[in-house]
Amino acid sequence: MIENAGRSLWLDAWIRLKANRAAIVSAVWLAFIGLICLIGPSFTNHEFTTQYSSYVRVPPSFDAYPKADKLDQEIKEIVARAHLTLKEWKEKDGRFFVTVTAPKPIDDRVTRYLDRSDSFKDGKVETKSADGMEMTMSAAVQKLYFYFGTDTSGRDLLTRTLMAGRVSLMVGLLAGFVAVFIGVIYGATSGFIGGKTDEIMMRIVDILYALPFTFFVIMLVVFFGRNFMLMFIAIGAVLWLDMSRIVRGQTLSLKRQEFVQAAEALGVSNMGILFRHIIPNMLGPIIIYVTLLVPQVIILESFLSYLGLGVQEPSSSWGVQISQGSRNMEGAAWLLIIPSFFLTSTLFALNFIGDGLRDALDPKDR
Amino acid sequence: MLRYVLKRLLVAIPTLFVIITISFFLMHIAPGGPFNMEKGIPPEIKANIERVFHLDEPVLSQYLRYLNNLIHGDLGPSYVILNFSVAELFAKSLPVSLWIGSLAMLFSLVAGCAMGVVAALRHNGLIDYIVVTLATAGSTIPTFVTAPLIQLVFGLTFHWIWIGGWHEGALAALIGPVITLALPQLATVARLMRGAMIEALHTNHIRTAKAMGLSDYSIVIRHAMRGALLPIASYAGPAAAGLLTGSIIVESIFQIPGIGRSFIDGALNRDYTMVMGTVIIIAVFTIVFNLVSDILYAVIDPRVRYD
Repeated sequence: MIENAGRSLWLDAWIRLKANRAAIVSAVWLAFIGLICLIGPSFTNHEFTTQYSSYVRVPPSFDAYPKADKLDQEIKEIVARAHLTLKEWKEKDGRFFVTVTAPKPIDDRVTRYLDRSDSFKDGKVETKSADGMEMTMSAAVQKLYFYFGTDTSGRDLLTRTLMAGRVSLMVGLLAGFVAVFIGVIYGATSGFIGGKTDEIMMRIVDILYALPFTFFVIMLVVFFGRNFMLMFIAIGAVLWLDMSRIVRGQTLSLKRQEFVQAAEALGVSNMGILFRHIIPNMLGPIIIYVTLLVPQVIILESFLSYLGLGVQEPSSSWGVQISQGSRNMEGAAWLLIIPSFFLTSTLFALNFIGDGLRDALDPKDR
Repeated sequence: MLRYVLKRLLVAIPTLFVIITISFFLMHIAPGGPFNMEKGIPPEIKANIERVFHLDEPVLSQYLRYLNNLIHGDLGPSYVILNFSVAELFAKSLPVSLWIGSLAMLFSLVAGCAMGVVAALRHNGLIDYIVVTLATAGSTIPTFVTAPLIQLVFGLTFHWIWIGGWHEGALAALIGPVITLALPQLATVARLMRGAMIEALHTNHIRTAKAMGLSDYSIVIRHAMRGALLPIASYAGPAAAGLLTGSIIVESIFQIPGIGRSFIDGALNRDYTMVMGTVIIIAVFTIVFNLVSDILYAVIDPRVRYD
């Protein structure tokens, strides 16, 4: 212990955080969720808006669609739609061969009926009888994977869940930062100026606290319209109240400390003191509060979306998905369970990280 | 004590006034009105309707009229559910929310305290671990996730409960909303109780009680729990106000005709008087229950004095 180089506050906190297994596992999980939401949609081979009319509400499965019994049903429907009679069909080397007959010569263009289906692509005529009334067509079977199944419009749930995750996480982060920004500036100003200004600014916060919270959010959404970006600001503008109180309290105690007096004696401007000396010293509580705020924002966004006031189609968020899933859970439980799992596990991870950071940054508080 | 209560009630009046004022103007500034939704009504008829409800007057005079009616105990007519006054609608929806809310509150207090005490007595044991896990889950998972999951598991799979509707308060219709409402509160109560009990069991007067050979029952129930109830009392007040005035999510998911539903319907349809009425009810409940919780504090802890 002789050459102890002296550890900074942040290194100290990091060592304590590393020892907290729940927080580390949560951080890894959160990074994983963030990563798959960010890059996952490019690897699922589905667009989040593509509607597969042949695959509405298919359950999650690791096997490729279409399945054999489904192919049979599908080809019967196609042949019926083309006003032909099915003679036989077989699958060979990944291609699908179907022989059809008709009372009059068959037009080559009937292969389009195959192409129109979600199960086939690249339909072409293989052989045709001399009188043209019997024809064999072939088409490549389009293998589609729906690991999470599809929703009620036949859209791939995996892609949609990841896209929805982008929205939920982005709302959480952006609105969280709006709230922190307003809260820190407001609270620090109020605490630093003090006196009458502080009194008035804090009474305003008290009054806003007393307003029914949901009422306030709904009014803001009504004001701003259902605009995606403006919703962040609306949510952020509501959630800054706690932050401003915490920051004000910290500012009040910090501004009496010697290093602030020293800065004043050296003639540093008020703004300089606030931004160079007071706010950096509050980073610990601010970071803790952000990690606890982000899940609140995600819940609030999901709640608004649940009420139909949030994100609008074709965009989606986990809240929208849960709302749609709960309306269709009879016979399609995965529509509810999968987005619920993503939302809940993210909230858990954020809470554990928040708790871990609190223990790490604020050792007195244990 | 009586003077303190009176003083608190007097202070509540200006608070309520400010809340009413802000809500009123916020709502009237928002674009749209209660009668803008219906397309194709001739402007003359719309003007007539608005004249009947005094909506053609300047906002300030509407505000003064509303305040005047309010002082006389009149919450006004609903603008959307015609031929009904807001008070009549509340007479139907408030009891529903109150009943579900109080059942949920009762359940979360009893079960939460019991779980907290048991966890504290078995500190760091298996039961403690289970309670902490459940409490974390209960306070993390949002209501709009638990509610449909409860419907799915207990309603659609096992057919134990009905998944929606009020049915005049039938038990099978009540269980879903009550459990959903209670879960987050139960989690918080259990966590608070556990923390307070662990602390209380390490105090000197408990050691003395043990040394005097009192029964475990008497030590836990009469001596330790009394002190541990303090944080619960301060938590329960605001929580009760929230529960009793209805939850928007739970009431929409389980299709319960309570206050939460009338609030969200009112806000979406610009039913000004309905929304104002709900805001006032929620504010009054919050104020009253905060007061109740402060009084309870003094009852449990005689050292607390309000003069």
